[in-house]
Amino acid sequence: MKFGVVVFPGSNCDRDMYDALKYDLGQDVSMLWHKDRDLSQFSTSDCIILPGGFSYGDYLRCGAIARFSPMMQSVIEFANAGGKVLGVCNGFQILCEAGLLPGALLRNANQQFVCKNVYIKNQQDQVFMIPVAHGEGRYYADEATLDQLEANGQIIFRYCDENGLLTADSNPNGTIRHIAGICNAKRNVFGMMPHPERACSGVLGNTDGRTIIESMLMASELAPV
Amino acid sequence: MEITAKTAQQLRLTEEEFELIKQKLGRVPNFNELCAFSGMWSEHCSYKNSIKWLKTLPREGGRMLVKAGEENAGLMDIGDGLGVVFKIESHNHPSAIEPFQGAATGVGGIHRDIFTMGARPIAALNSLRFGKLEEDKTQHLLSGVVHGIGHYGNCFGVPTVGGEVYFDPCYHTNPLVNAMSVGIVKAGQTVSATAEGTGNPVMFVGSATGKDGIGGASFASADITAESVQELPAVQVGDPFQEKKLLEACLEVIQTGAVVGMQDMGAAGIICSTAEMSAKGGVGMRIDLDKVPTRQPNMKTWELLLSESQERMLLVAQKGREAEVQRVFEKWDLPCSVIGEVTDDGLLRFYMNGELEAELPAEELVLGGGAPQYERAYREPAYFSKIAAFDASTVPVAEDLKAVAGQIIELPSIASKRWIYTQYDSMVGTVNATTNLPADAAIVVVKGTSKALAVTTDCNSRYVYADPYKGAMIAVSEAARNIVCSGGQPLGITNCLNFGNPYDPEVYYQFVNAIKGMGEACRKFDTPVTGGNVSFYNQNPDGPVYPTPTIGMVGLLEDISSRMTLNFKGEGDLLYVLGNITNDIHSSEYLYQVLGVKYSPAPHFELEEEYALQQKLSELISAQLVRSAHDVAEGGLFVSLCESAFTDGLGFSVASKDGIRKDAFYFGEGQSRVVVSVALDKVAAFEKALNGFPAEKIGVVTSGDVVVDGEFWGNIESWQDRYDNAIGNQLAKEEAGSALSSI
Repeated sequence: MKFGVVVFPGSNCDRDMYDALKYDLGQDVSMLWHKDRDLSQFSTSDCIILPGGFSYGDYLRCGAIARFSPMMQSVIEFANAGGKVLGVCNGFQILCEAGLLPGALLRNANQQFVCKNVYIKNQQDQVFMIPVAHGEGRYYADEATLDQLEANGQIIFRYCDENGLLTADSNPNGTIRHIAGICNAKRNVFGMMPHPERACSGVLGNTDGRTIIESMLMASELAPV
Repeated sequence: MEITAKTAQQLRLTEEEFELIKQKLGRVPNFNELCAFSGMWSEHCSYKNSIKWLKTLPREGGRMLVKAGEENAGLMDIGDGLGVVFKIESHNHPSAIEPFQGAATGVGGIHRDIFTMGARPIAALNSLRFGKLEEDKTQHLLSGVVHGIGHYGNCFGVPTVGGEVYFDPCYHTNPLVNAMSVGIVKAGQTVSATAEGTGNPVMFVGSATGKDGIGGASFASADITAESVQELPAVQVGDPFQEKKLLEACLEVIQTGAVVGMQDMGAAGIICSTAEMSAKGGVGMRIDLDKVPTRQPNMKTWELLLSESQERMLLVAQKGREAEVQRVFEKWDLPCSVIGEVTDDGLLRFYMNGELEAELPAEELVLGGGAPQYERAYREPAYFSKIAAFDASTVPVAEDLKAVAGQIIELPSIASKRWIYTQYDSMVGTVNATTNLPADAAIVVVKGTSKALAVTTDCNSRYVYADPYKGAMIAVSEAARNIVCSGGQPLGITNCLNFGNPYDPEVYYQFVNAIKGMGEACRKFDTPVTGGNVSFYNQNPDGPVYPTPTIGMVGLLEDISSRMTLNFKGEGDLLYVLGNITNDIHSSEYLYQVLGVKYSPAPHFELEEEYALQQKLSELISAQLVRSAHDVAEGGLFVSLCESAFTDGLGFSVASKDGIRKDAFYFGEGQSRVVVSVALDKVAAFEKALNGFPAEKIGVVTSGDVVVDGEFWGNIESWQDRYDNAIGNQLAKEEAGSALSSI
C-alpha cells in the first residue's frame, strides 16, 4: 500500500509523519500539496494522512479553513469511495470540520496547551505510551452520537493510565468518555489526537507508535469488537 | 521642522552623537535620517558600550565556519557536509511590559536569524528569570511569557528542548527572556547577509509593514520605568503561521540559486537590514519605500524605516531572476515585491513617491563602521565589602536536615518546571531524544546521520553577582559539564549578556569582569563565542538585575549511541561523587533562600579542576563504566540525587563524609562535581580507571527508599510529588485566593 501526506500551509508534523512511514516503517510515501487535487495515483487500498500542525494558522477555528482547500475536496471523495484516511491532531480536527468524522475538538479543559507522553488503549485493551501536543484536543459530541459511537465500536482509543485504567488523572484534556481517537461507521476514516509518528524511532526511546500505525492502517480490517 | 541636539536627545541620541552625525554627513540630518541613526546607533544595534570588550573573547577557531558577528548567527562544522547554526537573543524589555507578545516575538526573531542563513531550525531553548513566584506580577509575567513562547514555538513547529527558569526578587520589574535557536544547514547552502552586484534587485518578502515595534531598538536601550508602559507601541506583534510559511519559502528559494544575500528584519527594521547588508558588501541601495507593502495607509518615511513588524525579510536576488524568486513566495501565499536595487556608491537612498527622503552612507550607520564605540568607566561595586565580610564558620549547621531538604526541593528555582514545559511542544520534529531518556543537556538527533547535538543554556546569576569573573567562568563550565555528562563534546557557545545600565560604573565592572571570566573559560574548553547579544539597561529605579551572562552551548555526539543519561538504572548500583567535595555553602540556595543570607562569595571553583573533571568523565563514559551521570548544581548533592532517582522511581542510601559539614555535603554548591552510578560488576574497572582522580563512594541506589546517614527520609515518590507539584500548587493557591477575593 502507498501513503500520501497532505501538506497544508502551517502543517508542522508532515515531515515527522513522512520520516516515520518511510524510515521507521519502510513504507512507500509521498507528500501532497494542499493546492493540488490529483489523487489518481492512489487506490482505495492506500492511505491519505492529514498531519498535525496549525493549518492556516488555526485561524477562525482549528481545521475550519483547511477543509475548504482543493486537496481536501479530493480527500473527501477518496474517503467516500472507501479509501483509508487518518487525521492526527490537527488532521483529526480537519476531519471533524469536514464532516468525515462526527463531533468536535474543544479547547483543553485547563485552557492550556499540553505536550507530554500519555497512555492510551485500543479496543483490545492494549496500552501504548504516545505523546500528545495540542491546545484543542477535548473531544465532544452529543450523548446520542456518543452512544452510537460506543455501540458501533467506533471509539478506537481512550486515554488511560499505564495499567489501562480510565482514571481522571490520565485524561490530559478533559475529553468526554476519555476519547482519544475515533473512526467512522465504515471504519476507513480515523482521527486521533495523540501522535503515533512521534513514537516510531528507536533512537527516541519509544516505538509504540509503530504498532498503532500498523494495526490501524496496515491490517486489512480492524479486529471486530 | 528644525533638527537640533534636543531632537536627537528625544530620539535617545546624546549631544556628542548628534555632533558626530553632523560631522559624518557634513550637514544637519533631516528627521528621517536622524531616526535612522537613532535606531542604528542604539545600544541594541551598535553594541557601542560593549564591543570593545566583546572583541577580547575568543571569536574564531575550533570548528567555526564564520567569525563571530559576521552573520546573523554562529555557524560550526559538524562533519558529513553539515553545519550547525545557533544563536541566543534577549527579548527582555518587550516582555517586561507585554509578556505574551514580547516572548512570542523573541522566539520568532531568533528562529529568523537561523533560517535567514539557510538553516532549518530544529531545536529551541530558553532561559527565563522572574521575580518571586508568590507575587501577582510575577505570575502575570510568567503565564504571559510561557503562553507566548508556546504560542509561537508550537505553531512554528520547532520543539522546545531545554532551558532554565529562575526566580529572584532582582528580576521583579525586569524579567529576562532569552531565546535560543539551533538549526542544521548543508554545506554550500548557506546564505550570507550581504548585498552585492550593482543593479541587482532588492526584494521585500513576508508580512506587510505596520506601525508596531517602532523604536523598539532604542526602547530596549533604556531602563524600565513607570512610564515604560506608554511605549507599548514599541512592542512587536507576532504571527507564527506567517513565519512558518516564510521559513519554508526561504529555504525553498535558496534552492533556486537566484539569491545573492538575505537578512531578516528584526531590530530597527528596514534601515538596519539595508544598512548592514550594504555595508557588508561595500555597496549602496536605492529603495522606493512606497513599494513596501503596508498594513495601514499614510505611513511616514521614518515609520517605515524603523518599524519592527515581524516575519519580514530583505533579499537581494540576481538581476533577471526575480520571477523565479517570486514564484516561490507566491506558492506560499507570501507578498514579495521589488523595492529597489543595489548601487555602487555606498549610499542608502530612500525615496517616497519619487522624492528623496533620506540619504545616508551605509558604512557610517553600522557597527564596525561609523557607529560610535565607547570605553566606559568602571569601579568595584560597594556591595563587594559585604560579600568579603561573610564568614561561613559563623553559620551553624542546620539541625533538621530533612526539613531543609524539603524546603529546598520545593523552591521554585529548584522544583520541576513541568507546569511550564508541558505547555511547550517539546517533541515536534521527532528529534528530541531526551523526552524518554533524560540527560543533563538536551540531545537532539541530526536526521540522516548517526550524529546528535547536545544543547544547553546555563547561568547562575547569583554566582556572577558575588564574583563576576568566577561566576561567568562557572556559567561556561556548567554548560560544558552538562554536555560532557550527556556524552557530548562541547563545540562552541552563544551568549546573551543581560546587565544593568552600562553608564553605572558598578554595573560596568560586572560586565567587564564577566567578559574576562567567560573568555578564559571558553579558551580552556576550546569553545569559541560564535555570536550572541548584549542586553543592557535591565534596570529600574530600584537598581539593576543580577549580572546574567546566559551561556547557550552546543556540543556534538559523533554517534548518538555514546550518549549518557542522568537517571539511576538499577538497585544496588554504587554511587560516587566525581571531583572534590568541598566544605562550602557559599551562594547556595540553602544559604540564600533557606537561611536568608544575601551576601556570600561565589562557591568553590577552579578552572583546571573543572577541566580535569570533564576529561575524566568523558573517559569513563566512553569506556562504558558508568550507568548514569548528573552534575551537582543548584540545591546541591541531595537535589542531584533526587533528580537521578525520580525517572525510574528508584531511591538512594548515602552517607556524608567526615570533615565536611553536613549542610555543605548535601546542599553546598561547590563546583566541578558529578554524581555517577556504577554497576557492581564494573566497580573494579571504574576504580582503576579513576587512576587517582578524586572521587568519593557515597552510597548505593535503592529500590525506592531515601536513606540519609542511616536515617529513613521516606519514599522517593513523596519527594517526587513535592518536586513535581511545587510550582503548580503555588499557582493554584494564588488562583484560588484571587477567585475568593473577587467574590
